[in-house]
Amino acid sequence: MKIIVCIGSSCHLKGSRQVVEQLQYQINQHNLKESVELGGTFCMGKCQQGVCVTVDDKFFSVTPETVGEFFRTEILEKLA
Amino acid sequence: MRKFDTKIQYLKYKVLCEVARQAWNDTLYDNLFDIPKTIVPGNVPTMRCCVYKERAILAERVKLAMGGNKENPNVIEVIDIACDECPVGGFEVTNACRGCLAHRCEDVCRFGAISFDDDHVAHIDKSKCKECGACAKVCPYTAIVGRKRPCQNACKIKAISMNENRAATINNDKCISCGACVYQCPFGAIMDKSFMLNAIDLLKKSSEGRNYKMYAVVAPSISSQFTYAKLGQVITGIKSLGFHTVVEAALGADMVALAESKELAEKGFLTSSCCPAFVDYVHKSFPELKPFISHNLSPMAAISKYIKETEKNAKVIFIGPCTAKKAEVQKESVKPYVDAALTFEELQAMFDSRDININSLEEGVLDNASYFGRIFARCGGLSEAVAEGLKEHGIDNFELKPCSCDGIEACRTALLKKSKNLLDANFIEGMACSGGCIGGAGCLTHGAKSKSDVDKYGNEAMEKTISDAVSLLNFI
Repeated sequence: MKIIVCIGSSCHLKGSRQVVEQLQYQINQHNLKESVELGGTFCMGKCQQGVCVTVDDKFFSVTPETVGEFFRTEILEKLA
Repeated sequence: MRKFDTKIQYLKYKVLCEVARQAWNDTLYDNLFDIPKTIVPGNVPTMRCCVYKERAILAERVKLAMGGNKENPNVIEVIDIACDECPVGGFEVTNACRGCLAHRCEDVCRFGAISFDDDHVAHIDKSKCKECGACAKVCPYTAIVGRKRPCQNACKIKAISMNENRAATINNDKCISCGACVYQCPFGAIMDKSFMLNAIDLLKKSSEGRNYKMYAVVAPSISSQFTYAKLGQVITGIKSLGFHTVVEAALGADMVALAESKELAEKGFLTSSCCPAFVDYVHKSFPELKPFISHNLSPMAAISKYIKETEKNAKVIFIGPCTAKKAEVQKESVKPYVDAALTFEELQAMFDSRDININSLEEGVLDNASYFGRIFARCGGLSEAVAEGLKEHGIDNFELKPCSCDGIEACRTALLKKSKNLLDANFIEGMACSGGCIGGAGCLTHGAKSKSDVDKYGNEAMEKTISDAVSLLNFI
């Protein structure tokens, strides 16, 4: 599974650093380093919907507040 | 508001703009020979002796706007026919000499070059004169003047002389492509080659990102430019040229600051590697100091390398204040990462060639780097960032003693001292342009406010530490 987080200017201002930090934390907590790959990109072209995240090319709009829920439903449950 | 400092920049801009317009329309090669006439219509000369000479010079400018002479490796070129063959007499006594009795000029001359005729009028023996200018400074009548060409005056590393036709000529073995002469020549007879056509070609073939993505990496000195609009509007303007996105070179500066501070603590002495003209100067004039040059890529190259490594389908265009960057991107170590380097002058021309009025655009955002990465644009910023880097690494057993060199003369002094082991510093921050990058020859305007503009922009960065800004890159 590959998660890509946008680290371009707009998403950065909306908290992509916090999103990345929480995702890294969760991946470590759940020992998912083998199955989940985290990556970044500058701009996905959907700046209005930032923080932009894709999981295996499927698009999600995430915020530092919703990233926990996102991880649970879109990563943990899908992997289970 | 004024877009340029000088009319020469404006003239150069008109050529760049017209060349770009034709290139976008795929009509450049059809209309190539008509461009000079488009810029100088009619038959009344406004600049030179006749419209034909004006057009001949413009034709040369068109050539340079299209990449210039491929045989000449230097990115800075002289337009022979535009060179006005300014006086080159060196120090001369003018008829303001009153034949006074004090003879301060004679006393101050350490080379015995001054003598007097029967009327006490001073004369300078050219074979002895070293052009130090001491006599001119002490003359109570300011009767002694130094007649040096503006280009030679601008070139502090003495790479410009005159050829047999009395036109300026550049010694490529010495020239560091800083562009000081380009900005200073009052006739616009020295120009930087433009690689704008490469950029336009890449933009067109990307088909708005369908074939590959175009990344613009912009230098932090952009904060002192385009003062007639907001920075956010400039960013939107860049995107409307066909760029996928805009990334701060200052984020590369953050990466460099962290790496360079570590390297400095390990080695004990370093000279900076950010300014390509300074690095070139060390190579050409102080080869014995080469081992001390930091091994880091420049901020531009560092962030571009990152972009290319994380995005397979990326092309990178650097946009900045610098003519020497045009040479840097041709180096084997940088070539794979940056596809072309443009100046702010060229960016303005590209905007206008597409009739993009940035004032009317919505404001985009630009926020990748920290305060420290952003202040690289002005002299002293790099040293501050290295000090911060040492702090963030937790290195407390190394005392940073920076020597921030403002302009190439200050760089020379520091390098000379270092070569004689007389330098009381362990880090040379070398900036070839006075004031740092904000003094670059490719800037649209150079003003007293430039430094405070950069500091303001630095303070606006969301990330307050270098590590926080760079942490976003390291997780990948």
